[in-house]
Amino acid sequence: MRVVEPVVELARGLWTTLRMMLDKPVTIQYPEQKKPVKARFRGRHVLKRYESGLEKCIGCALCAAACPADAIFVESSENTDEERYSPGERYASTYEINMLRCIFCGFCEDACPTEAIVLGDQYELSFTDRRQSIYPKEMLIEPVPADAKPTPHKTEPGVYTRSVPEMKDPQD
Amino acid sequence: MNFLLVLEWLIKGFVWALVLLGGFAYLTLYERKALARIQSRLGPNRAGPWGILQPIADAVKLIFKEELTPAKADKLIFTLAPVITVVPAVIITAVVPWGPSFDIFGYHLNLYIADINVGVLYIMSIASIAVYGIVLAGWSSNNKYAMMGGLRSTAQMISYEIALGLSFVSAILLAGSMRMLDIVSAQGGYWFHFIPKWFVVLQPVGTGIFLIATLAEVNRAPFDMPEAEQELTAGYHTEYSGMKFALLFMAEYTKMIAISAIGATIFFGGYNGPFVDKFPWLGPIYIFVKIIILLFGMIWVRATFPRIRYDRLMAFGWKVLLPLSLALVFITAVGIILAQLNPLLIIFIPVASLLVAGVAVALIDRTLRRKDYARR
Repeated sequence: MRVVEPVVELARGLWTTLRMMLDKPVTIQYPEQKKPVKARFRGRHVLKRYESGLEKCIGCALCAAACPADAIFVESSENTDEERYSPGERYASTYEINMLRCIFCGFCEDACPTEAIVLGDQYELSFTDRRQSIYPKEMLIEPVPADAKPTPHKTEPGVYTRSVPEMKDPQD
Repeated sequence: MNFLLVLEWLIKGFVWALVLLGGFAYLTLYERKALARIQSRLGPNRAGPWGILQPIADAVKLIFKEELTPAKADKLIFTLAPVITVVPAVIITAVVPWGPSFDIFGYHLNLYIADINVGVLYIMSIASIAVYGIVLAGWSSNNKYAMMGGLRSTAQMISYEIALGLSFVSAILLAGSMRMLDIVSAQGGYWFHFIPKWFVVLQPVGTGIFLIATLAEVNRAPFDMPEAEQELTAGYHTEYSGMKFALLFMAEYTKMIAISAIGATIFFGGYNGPFVDKFPWLGPIYIFVKIIILLFGMIWVRATFPRIRYDRLMAFGWKVLLPLSLALVFITAVGIILAQLNPLLIIFIPVASLLVAGVAVALIDRTLRRKDYARR
């Protein structure tokens, strides 16, 4: 004969929900408050620069080859010492990513020999038109560092002979 | 019948209708806010400060939505059903008094719309008319889900109306009248100067049955069978959209307010409260606060308990609530006769009804724990 227990069980259920009203809400007021993204978050792509202001991208299109969604289009042109955009022979004169196709897998990052393309922490990618989904190079490339000149640079002959910088093996 | 009296009725009816309709809009906000807080969320807070303009935004959205009528639907009844559902929900509270009558600027003002000597009977009859709207909405949609939802709601509402009516009977016996004003005035005053003479004290089990039966009567969780999404998509309002859907929705929430007002009046002392004799304007405030608390109870139960199975809902209504409420009517009658011998013997009513309720709980518990019950 259980008389009190069934009623107590119902009351305990009610008490549990009532107690939750005293908790602090977990809501984040999104457009005003933003949650910082994780260190390895894969957001919108960013094309990096060297400290000198030169672009890291050498227009090799390996990212476009690696892309499973075929979202990247690269067209490369020749660098000259008068008009130098990147170290080495060539640079990306056109670099477009279709954000409707991109699946944010990060294969382009892995494929890049110069670590020029990086998936950043920007995730607010809304547009009202299909044409706006294609992000050109001007939108993707990171701004020039404060103490550097914008590309193209005029450089001395024989300084930039390597397309890919000499990179040390990772320590860990 | 003079002109002033007609004007008074018109104004009171208009004000009460506005209170119900405005209350419906803000009840949706209240429910969303309370549910959100229970679920550790904030709830709507974008439209206006604390989201107080959210109901207006919802209304504007619903008004501008496209209204669809299924090709094979019975157009007349399909259009009429939401109206049939809304009207009883709005008029059911006409007999509920909101405060004691008082003199203002030399004019005697009664704070109720209608003073019917069979007020409780009026409530029961109007409540049963509300079933028609839902059944017709489900039937005229020409949709299997809507039909099933409509049928379920008929069965459920008719079944629980019996328990509801019998729980009213014990209150009627205690007050000795079906008139709402008599029921309220019978609950005025205190025992031993601190226990209010509300019927919830005399008849706690009857109040519990009333609260459970009203949840089924207004199709609220955990008895929202007619709208069980997993089984019936949206139940009887599957095919409704736009303003017709808004009317069905409005009826549901207005019924919640109405049933809370009725419960507050019959079991929780109506407009009675401290100092209400000296300051009559406290009456509407007291009943408003009681309605808000009862509404919170409904929202709270919705946030806590899962929807119960349909056959168990019917079994609970017929095999538990109906015999229990019949027993309560008997106990109340015996208690009233005992109280005529000695007024202190009125304590027989709460004690005996709690004992009977304890037996009922034990029997339910034994049945649910039987090994072969779960398999059925």
